[in-house]
Parts: sequence; C-alpha cells; structure tokens
Amino acid sequence: MRPIANTRSEAGIPTGRLAVWWVVASEIVIFGGLLASYVMYRLGNPEWAGYAAHTNVWLGATNTFVLLTSSLSAVLAHQAAVAGDGKKAAKLLYFTCLGAVAFLCIKGFEWTTEIQAGYTITSNTFWSFYYTAAGLHALHVIAGAIIMLIVAETAKRNEELHRVELIGIYWHFVDIVWIFLFPLLYIAK
Amino acid sequence: MSENAAHADHHHVDYIKIWKILLVLLVISVVGPFLGDFLEIQVITLITAFGIAIVKAYLVAKNFMHLNLEPRYAVYLLLTMLMFVFLFFAAVAPDVMKHEGQNWVKPRIEVVEAPVHH
Repeated sequence: MRPIANTRSEAGIPTGRLAVWWVVASEIVIFGGLLASYVMYRLGNPEWAGYAAHTNVWLGATNTFVLLTSSLSAVLAHQAAVAGDGKKAAKLLYFTCLGAVAFLCIKGFEWTTEIQAGYTITSNTFWSFYYTAAGLHALHVIAGAIIMLIVAETAKRNEELHRVELIGIYWHFVDIVWIFLFPLLYIAK
Repeated sequence: MSENAAHADHHHVDYIKIWKILLVLLVISVVGPFLGDFLEIQVITLITAFGIAIVKAYLVAKNFMHLNLEPRYAVYLLLTMLMFVFLFFAAVAPDVMKHEGQNWVKPRIEVVEAPVHH
C-alpha cells in the first residue's frame, strides 16, 4: 500500500512531483544568489576577464554536450516509465549516470590542470567563485547520480516508476544551472 | 502511475529533435563569442553567450521538465524565486559594483595574481 502523502492530489500535482518543484525553487535561490553575486563582481571588476581567459572553453563545451545528452537520456527514461517499461527506463537512467561520471572526470581533469597552473580557490575572488560555483554544481551532479542509481534499481523491477520522472526533473535543473555557468565562467572573457 | 501517464501522454515531443536543436545552440554559443571578439562587436558575444543560454534553459524547462503542462502556480512559484534573485541583485549591486559614491569611497583591495607554474 502506498502512503497517502504520495496519492493525494488536491494541489493538482502529485505530491512527489510537487516536492521536487519545491526543491528546484529553493535551488533557484541558492544558485541564483551565487551567480548574481558573481555577475555583480564581474561587472564591477573588468580585470576578471583576464582570469576567465585561463578557463578552458573546449572542456566546458564538452561538459555542456555531456549534460545535454544525459538530459536527453533522462527524459527518454521518463518516456519509457510512462509506457510501463521499467527495464528500459533503468537502462536509460544508468546511461544518464554514465554522463554524470563523464562530467565529473572532465571536471576533475580540468581542475587538476588549473590547480597545477597555480589557480586555486584562494588565488583571488574570481577563482573563489569559479571553484565554489562549479564545486557546488558538481556536488549536485554526484547527488543526482546516486539518487538515479537508487531509482533505477526499483524501476528495473517495474516498481515506483513515477520516481523516474521526479529524478529527471531534478537532473534537468542541474543541466539548466550548467547552461548558465558555462557562459559565465568560460565564455565571457 | 495514472497521473504520471496523463502528464506525459499529452505531448508528442520529439526529444531527439529538441536535443539536436540544443546542440546547434551550443555550437553557436561557443562560436559566436569568438566571432564577437574577432569583429570587436560585444553585442554578438552577449547575445550568443547569454541570450542563447536563456533559450536553451527555456527549451529544457518546457520540453524535458514539461513545465508547460503543470498548473500555472508551479511556474509562478519558480518565477517568484527568480524575482527574489533579481531583488537581491538590485539591492546589493550598487554597493558591489561601484567603487565610490556621493559620500563614500570603497577601500581599494590589493589583487594579487596567482603564481603561474608551467
């Protein structure tokens, strides 16, 4: 029997999905506040363009490609879950997790290169923002991948298929955050 | 599952097509700023980098998150949060971005460039 909290729908949205929208809403304030602060400092300090020139556009673009592709597999997993095909949904979620791992590997390589070049979180305010924003985003990628593995485990038994959509919404939000981080940290020189 | 199905049945969105559009936009957002720098036209950089980011985010929110199918209040909830971010920006930006005002001067902070080891 499912808990009543999962089945009530007075809000017009199933409770689980409504909860995810609340998570996304709170995340907008967290990332929005961080990025708004970055934009203020960036506009107030034109010399930051010189620091931003040291970030690697191609690695950033590759990671954007990886996240957009993983978003595609997440929404295809949702489509499979709606069709009642839990096994296919689980496979697509595993593929999405693979995207998360690829993203983190590229990010790890990038950070290693930058730290070896002497650009650390304490170098100056630009690099503090860079590591904080990208690091917070990477933590969200890790959390999403772990939750996705748990959801995939139940989905492949054709159980709790609605969760596939819920983790998908979160994952797409993580993708959207990166869509804004990419031009801010990599492109605007 | 029925609510889930109702939520997803609606749309005959071609997800692969949306993904391809997003990839084309990604390419434009990378190439555009290079072109903007080359031609020294900053507006090209702004439009291709940040304008396209907004378009990409809209496409993901609409087609992948299916936000357009939710009751309006879900959209208003998210927009309210965005409004708080803009409010925060408007309130704090003058203090952060300006280095002096009518009755104040911000103390200059010495910026030290990180050592570069190649």
